[in-house]
Amino acid sequence: MIEQLIIEGLAVGACYGLFGVAVAIIYKTSDVVNFAQGEMGMIATFVAFHVLTVYNVPFWLAFILTTAFAILLGMLIEFCFLRPAKDPTVLGFIIITLGAEMLLMGLAGWKWGAEQKDFPFLLSVQKMHKIMPGVVLNEWSIGVFVLSILIMIFLFLFFRFSKLGIAMRATQQNVNAAKIMGIKVERVFSITWAMSSLIGAVAAMFFAARSVLDPNFMMEPFMRAFAAAVLGGLASIPGVVVGGLLMGIIENIFGYVWPEWKPIVAFVVIVIVITIKPSGLFSKHYVKKV
Amino acid sequence: MLAVKNIETWYDLIRALHGISFEVKEGSIVALLGSNGAGKTTTLKTIMRLLDDDQPEKGTVEFLGQRIDRMDTEEIVRLGISYVPEGREVFPELTVMENILMGAYTRKDRRNAKADIESILNQFPILRERKDQQAGHLSGGEQQMLAIGRALMSKPKLLMLDEPSLGLSPLLTREIFTIIQRINKEGVTILLVEQNVNMALKYSHYAFLVENGRIVRADKPEILREDKDVKEFYLGIATETSVKGYKRYRRKVRFR
Ligand SMILES: Nc1ncnc2c1ncn2[C@@H]1O[C@H](COP(=O)(O)OP(=O)(O)OP(=O)(O)O)[C@@H](O)[C@H]1O
Ligand SMILES: [Mg+2]
Repeated sequence: MIEQLIIEGLAVGACYGLFGVAVAIIYKTSDVVNFAQGEMGMIATFVAFHVLTVYNVPFWLAFILTTAFAILLGMLIEFCFLRPAKDPTVLGFIIITLGAEMLLMGLAGWKWGAEQKDFPFLLSVQKMHKIMPGVVLNEWSIGVFVLSILIMIFLFLFFRFSKLGIAMRATQQNVNAAKIMGIKVERVFSITWAMSSLIGAVAAMFFAARSVLDPNFMMEPFMRAFAAAVLGGLASIPGVVVGGLLMGIIENIFGYVWPEWKPIVAFVVIVIVITIKPSGLFSKHYVKKV
Repeated sequence: MLAVKNIETWYDLIRALHGISFEVKEGSIVALLGSNGAGKTTTLKTIMRLLDDDQPEKGTVEFLGQRIDRMDTEEIVRLGISYVPEGREVFPELTVMENILMGAYTRKDRRNAKADIESILNQFPILRERKDQQAGHLSGGEQQMLAIGRALMSKPKLLMLDEPSLGLSPLLTREIFTIIQRINKEGVTILLVEQNVNMALKYSHYAFLVENGRIVRADKPEILREDKDVKEFYLGIATETSVKGYKRYRRKVRFR
């Protein structure tokens, strides 16, 4: 029984982790949380829904189109909202991303309406597979595990070994020093937003498959994933993933024991973490020597 | 090679450079000297275009006959200027090796770049020892070596260094200057900003003195070193009572 709860929690947690990573990638470059992240994923999911239901394209094609759309959307938002703002303060940046969030939500409501829809996802939440004695897992969870592991491996290799990946880390640490290396930092920001938007969109499609699709559906997953990311220490990608997994397990077990408390577990956890260790459980960030 | 003509740079409403002009001849080591707040760092940042987009407000900067005062920093790097900023500015959470790799960011010739990494590691053995360590954990001197090695990786024609001796022991300072001299002998032109006037005058071929955002003197180091005012105010060798002398010196520089 407990194994079943844990593995289900891990599946949801992996999804939180994935979305948290999308938040963390932008946080690392701009030091601020992108509050439009959830709605960027929401719009991308609506695009998938649209091509699936209106044009009846096969799922794999819809998936590819959606990821391409997400990449463009990320770059567009960076270009239109962030780039013109000259040295925004933290508060200014938050307002900008909140503005983008409102805009996207309004856009989705106008184009697709506010009523709830079913998102026709490739992997079903109902179809179960027995993976070990006493533990069954639905297709959706298997999909989440496989995809998040692939994305994590890719990110690890990319940031560790590729020239562009190292240049992105360099830009995060010192923009001016990156410029004098000849790094085109504006392009780095653009790529950062594209990557984050892509990963966020993939996670959002998984969230939509588990609940319903409407302009508000990413609000709660965003808050939970954000809480998970804070739990793990926003600045480290592995930390965010572990934070997501922990959050998934905690939530699932609490939800089983006290179902009525499930929705607020995430926020109790966030408050406790911020009180005890504000930098997150696994952060080991370098502090500049003065 | 580098010709700075009459540049005027503002920080919002504060004018930091009041029309600075100087020239750096190919193959030389040129020093830019002056006290705190004189505008030396601002001059280098203006050349690298690291300040606001509309700076320098007036004047021109030419490199190899080409105007660069409205180019992007990364284009200037690609033209062949490399910059070692004040305070090193290494990437603290990248390893030493990754920092060096970033220095080669603009290069397309991977194989030659590999060979150059080897030669940098040979020139700075301490970096080889620490190559997998985070740069932020290096000592100040090691970070300076790294910043110089990293700047060399782009194969610059002109290397600009801002106070390379800052915070280093006399021994290490001498070592850094020897390294700079060696780099110069290998064909890299050098523009050097220094507070350590004594050292800078020993190693440079030509020097400019900056005061309050203006160039107040320009001469060969042999001549400057024997100059009474320079001796007194830059080298700290007292020749007469300082208040009077200072006033006389101020008068002198103002009308130049
Ligand atoms: N970001 C800034 N905003 C406003 N004023 C500045 C800024 N940076 C420098 N200044 C001013 O410009 C003038 C020149 O500064 P600069 O840093 O170029 O001096 P410096 O010659 O490099 O001095 P030091 O030897 O202490 O490094 C100083 O008066 C300084 O106060
Ligand atoms: Mg300075």
